[in-house]
Amino acid sequence: MIDYWPLLGIALVIIGFVLRFNPLLVVAVAAIVTGLLGDMPFVKVLATLGHGFNANRYVTISYIVLPVIGLLERYGLQERARALIGRMRAITAGRLLILYLGFRQAFAAAGLKDVAGHAQAVRPLLAPMAVAAAEKQHGKLDDDTEERVKAIAAATDNVGLFFGEDIFVAIASILLIQGTLAGFGIELTPFQLSVWAIPSAICAFLIHGSRLLLLDRKLERRK
Amino acid sequence: MINLHWLYIFAGAVFASFAIGSARDRTNRKRWGNSSFWGLLAVSFWFGDLLGDLANGILVLVLVGVGGMHLLGREGSETASQEDRDRLSQRYGNRLFLPALIIPFTAFIGTLLFNTTALKAAGLIEPKSVTLVLLGTGVIIALIICQGWLRPPALAAVDEGSRLANSIGWAMVLPQLLAALGVIFAVAGVGSTIGALVTAIIPSGSLFLAVLLYALGMVVFTMIMGNAFAAFPVMAAAIGIPILIHADGGNPAVIGAVGMLSGFCGTLMTPMAANFNIVPAALLELKSQYSVIRAQVPTAIPLLIANIIILYVFGFHQ
Repeated sequence: MIDYWPLLGIALVIIGFVLRFNPLLVVAVAAIVTGLLGDMPFVKVLATLGHGFNANRYVTISYIVLPVIGLLERYGLQERARALIGRMRAITAGRLLILYLGFRQAFAAAGLKDVAGHAQAVRPLLAPMAVAAAEKQHGKLDDDTEERVKAIAAATDNVGLFFGEDIFVAIASILLIQGTLAGFGIELTPFQLSVWAIPSAICAFLIHGSRLLLLDRKLERRK
Repeated sequence: MINLHWLYIFAGAVFASFAIGSARDRTNRKRWGNSSFWGLLAVSFWFGDLLGDLANGILVLVLVGVGGMHLLGREGSETASQEDRDRLSQRYGNRLFLPALIIPFTAFIGTLLFNTTALKAAGLIEPKSVTLVLLGTGVIIALIICQGWLRPPALAAVDEGSRLANSIGWAMVLPQLLAALGVIFAVAGVGSTIGALVTAIIPSGSLFLAVLLYALGMVVFTMIMGNAFAAFPVMAAAIGIPILIHADGGNPAVIGAVGMLSGFCGTLMTPMAANFNIVPAALLELKSQYSVIRAQVPTAIPLLIANIIILYVFGFHQ
């Protein structure tokens, strides 16, 4: 008979989220409950949680860019980004984002996934540029349209990163796949795996790229 | 050899600067909550390896307490007026882009140089951390250039960094906490329980249904855990390896790679992936914290369908 009780932790994550409790609290409670139901004493649960948190500090490291970006914003970086786009005649929000999508995928595929991101590229540069381009197409944007353009700029960064990074052979997720399969006696090289990230990367570019072209058409129609 | 620990010391200093900057902001009634949150994070980055697991666990609980009990917040005090920004932007012109571009440029050129020259053999930087270490180096170079060129007030970088950090708030540590939850799940055997459950309900005989369940399982578990890394070992052990690869003779490279990418479609649709979906909504000052997810769902669903087709066609019919 399988012991299903540890699964309660997953249910707690979902319930806590639906009831809109703070996600940090929800995750911490789910961790403790899961540990206790998995027959771990409380002290061991706490130690495991501490160990897991400490071992994964690299996840939070990218925020070291904030002081530089904040400082440059004080001196008008966002305003500069908007002005630069204002002078380029052929640029539209959709074309700008497609260009960014292609570069983001290519860079991630070359193993450079940390060169761009929300704090260092999307907030100070990409989003203001996309809004400036959209304003050229559409005139002054209403609040909802501006929110949409900014959100799709952030979305473009995510899609480009996720569906580029696995083409690189030494990325954590490829090594995880390799390690998991090796645990079952299936030996593959990272290269054999990473080439199979290419078809999905092409699909991601085509699907998200078409949505960006549709964005242009919408912006121009509602002039 | 320069490894991640050096970077953790620098990151700890940055978080400590957020603590100082937050405490300095007298216009914010939540300044002490903000300050203690970043202070605790600085302690974790500086002393995490010395504290021991239990003390780290207690630190996590206190951090969660401060972050989860509405003790954090930002009260819209701008550090420079729009007129000031426009004026300074005119004055410094497009050269303002240079310090911002130094960071990715250092990471990019540095990684290239590292991999193509004798630097790698010299053993100065640990090879697996090279891009992150160079990212940190780029940040330091950019800070020095900004200080020398723009000559901002002494603590401007501290105040501006804190301003951005406090607009992100608790969401900054959620992915790291979820990674810790993943460790607990692994120790408590959640993965093997889910695997047993899935194996019990999977219908035998239909290859397409098995592929569908594998991809959807990746999506659902990824959405709960906030990343595909926790989902992959579970779904691979439950369906991918025993059913798709062993029983049905699928190509293991396709099943592995495209299974993971199906999970990434789930990452695009979950608020648990806070660093990708909630943090940018805060950074871009969007009205709804779900706006980025809403913008991603129409890409994620067709892309998931594409991945399922790739799995089914290239995984089996070659």
